[in-house]
Amino acid sequence: MSTAAEPPASSAGDAALSHPLHREDVRALQRLDPGAWRTQLMARVRAGARPLTVYGRRDGDRVLLTAVLLGEGGFSLLRTSVHPAGGYHELTSEIPALHCFERELHEQLGVRVAGHPWLRPIRYQGKDQAAMNSYPFYRVEGKEVHEVNVGPIHAGVIEPGVFRFACFGEHVLHLEIHLGFQHRGVEERLLRKDPRALAPLVETIAGDTSAAHAWAYAAALEALTAPAGGAREASGGAQEASGGTQEASDGAAARARARAIALELERVAMHLAGLSGLAADVGFVPGASTYGRLRTTAINTTMNLCGSRFSRGAIRPFAQPQRGGLALAKLVQKNLTLLRTDLAIIHECFLSSRTVRHRLAGVGVVSADTARQLGLVGMAARASGVALDARSPGRGAFAAPPLDVCVEPAGDCLARARLRIAELSASLRWLELACAEGLAEPAAPEPARPLLPEQLAIAVVEGWRGEVIHCVETDEQGRVIHYKVQDPSLRNWMGLAMAVRGNEISDFPICNKSFDLSYCGNDL
Amino acid sequence: MDQVRAYLTSQLLGNLAALLVMPILVVGVIQRVKARWAGRKGPPLMQLGYDLWRLARKRSVLSTTTTAVFQLAPYVVLVTALGSACLVPLAGGPALASFRFDFVWFAYVWGLGRVALILGALDTGSAFEGMGASREATFSAILEPALFLAAGALSLASGERELSLLLVPQVAGGAALVVWAGALVALVIVVQVEAARMPIDDPTTHLELTMIHEVMVLDHSGRELAAVQWASAIKLYVGLSVLATLMHPRTPGLPGVALHLGLCLALAAALGLSESLIARLKLRTIPQYLVVALSAGAVALLAALAMAGRLGILR
Repeated sequence: MSTAAEPPASSAGDAALSHPLHREDVRALQRLDPGAWRTQLMARVRAGARPLTVYGRRDGDRVLLTAVLLGEGGFSLLRTSVHPAGGYHELTSEIPALHCFERELHEQLGVRVAGHPWLRPIRYQGKDQAAMNSYPFYRVEGKEVHEVNVGPIHAGVIEPGVFRFACFGEHVLHLEIHLGFQHRGVEERLLRKDPRALAPLVETIAGDTSAAHAWAYAAALEALTAPAGGAREASGGAQEASGGTQEASDGAAARARARAIALELERVAMHLAGLSGLAADVGFVPGASTYGRLRTTAINTTMNLCGSRFSRGAIRPFAQPQRGGLALAKLVQKNLTLLRTDLAIIHECFLSSRTVRHRLAGVGVVSADTARQLGLVGMAARASGVALDARSPGRGAFAAPPLDVCVEPAGDCLARARLRIAELSASLRWLELACAEGLAEPAAPEPARPLLPEQLAIAVVEGWRGEVIHCVETDEQGRVIHYKVQDPSLRNWMGLAMAVRGNEISDFPICNKSFDLSYCGNDL
Repeated sequence: MDQVRAYLTSQLLGNLAALLVMPILVVGVIQRVKARWAGRKGPPLMQLGYDLWRLARKRSVLSTTTTAVFQLAPYVVLVTALGSACLVPLAGGPALASFRFDFVWFAYVWGLGRVALILGALDTGSAFEGMGASREATFSAILEPALFLAAGALSLASGERELSLLLVPQVAGGAALVVWAGALVALVIVVQVEAARMPIDDPTTHLELTMIHEVMVLDHSGRELAAVQWASAIKLYVGLSVLATLMHPRTPGLPGVALHLGLCLALAAALGLSESLIARLKLRTIPQYLVVALSAGAVALLAALAMAGRLGILR
């Protein structure tokens, strides 16, 4: 357990890192008893720390629960060991943001979470997939109440998922979202291979967030590796800062810059895709076609850098695989200039259209309070006035050139559209400045080194949708024993369900599009 | 004998040819305008014709919950669309048929088609189609008086009792102009709703939850789908023809035909342009939009009453 007295093992404050990253010596991590774990977790959340994730892994016939919080002083971890049948008393009633983690613990590991108010399946893990059709939908009774079921198969090329509405006429009383149709057993698969060869698999966790997941994976793995200097398996200190020469840290900075470029290009491409979809859903032809056309420019730029339009292969641990060079930098600059000039016109056209504003304003409102309570992250939180961005305050690659963090207060569909527009501009500004300094030349991977034993690395990366979290833990021999993946969608789906309440059912598609969540990121 | 020949050449052949070609062409023009505006080339102008031909040769897939109502509905819709087309000048000249107070027949022939479509939708037992049916029924209930107000006003102002004659524009004098403008506004909105166009309905959307007209035909396939799509196109052209007739003086001979057809295509292009520039209305605000049609119709009727000197009751 890391307390305030002990110097934090965290490298969150380290200037060389662009995103929060933390390595914890598991041997030094105290195993609290479930009661104390619960009390301390609650106390820290009340004191202002934000729960990043709560997850568990099997440990003999018991289950180890780990809570990761991020506060003013950096990361703090709480660990306990519970017996599945005994479990512990739920925390969701006190801290609603934990609802999805407790549901996952119950589903994944059979932990009894006594008194949980909404113990619904998250994704029907493993063998439970056969029980998919038995989802216990909440029913609203009443003569005039009718149910509308959408999915799991949808019109158009969209991922599968069930939306069950309880409606009174056109008015939505309740929406329940039943996912899990994309479950592929990602977390188990990640344990089957050499931890250094996981990048291609990690990039498919959520295919539209490849760069963010790959960076989180690479950061976690690099944090778990012994510094090149020797067997300095110390319990603390970030290796980038403590080990290596000036050249090594220059290499790390260039690598971080290249990774950040891939991440921001992904953000630009996905925001363009989202805005195009939103414009199409309200029937606004110029927006649908122009944003869609410009997305091609963005993903083609990514292809120029790494050979894939969907950022596959852009980020690899211990390496910088992207192409560099003056000619390429010029091409990228040209594309970015095209994006900036054309976007200025279409943003103006989209935002100044009265019919678009009429359609989006006041629809699907999530208040800042609700967003905080539900623990919404990323884009969905920022559009509700909650300034939550793992890239801020600007460190590492985001220190210079600086990156603006955008926040919109209104929390409706228009705010989410405006936020995406603002983030597009911010990311493009950053990209233009970053690419003006030239692109990093590719660097061959460093020779493989063993992973440190009994360490837990937590990497957070701000993907376009929100924070992507990878937690990787090693055993006594330095083998990976647990790999926990968390896509922002896991936490944000409940935000969509709440946003739709009290709205018209015909407005659901634009609410859904404005959140733009991942099904496979949730289903793993 | 000459009269029969004249009828055959001008009325029958002209109207039938227009009925066959124009609905498909009008849909093609709208699609082309929207595609050009979006920076695409767009499908061929007669694409709907190819689609109908393709669908007509396909077998239809029927859900086990449906009954004969579901299969019959598309043909009722098609026949009613054709029935309404008989009363409107489709090629500038006289209509195929006309009789006293035929605009009542016109309104309820459309109404019959709508009822058939709603019953067919309800027959599927699908929640989507039920919602679409409910929306269609609500909006058309609000809209029906608008059609009668407009037709009544035009009839009163012109002294004509047949649809094809009362539509001929008469804009001599201020009151007549008010009647004409009010009726035109009301009828434009009636056509937008009946043809399921923007900003009331988005015929190109894939989102079942937002659809009105399209969601009611989701379960149809093959020949039945072809019947519904053809009927929609015919209703659209009939609507545009009503508007066009109201917008040009009756001109005999070929110039009249050219004027009418050209005006219909221009209206289709205008429709496509408006659909390219604006987003769809919120479903909740559509009734407010429909009230515009009602008010315009009411204004037209009041003006017509004033013209006829029957506003004594107000003095």
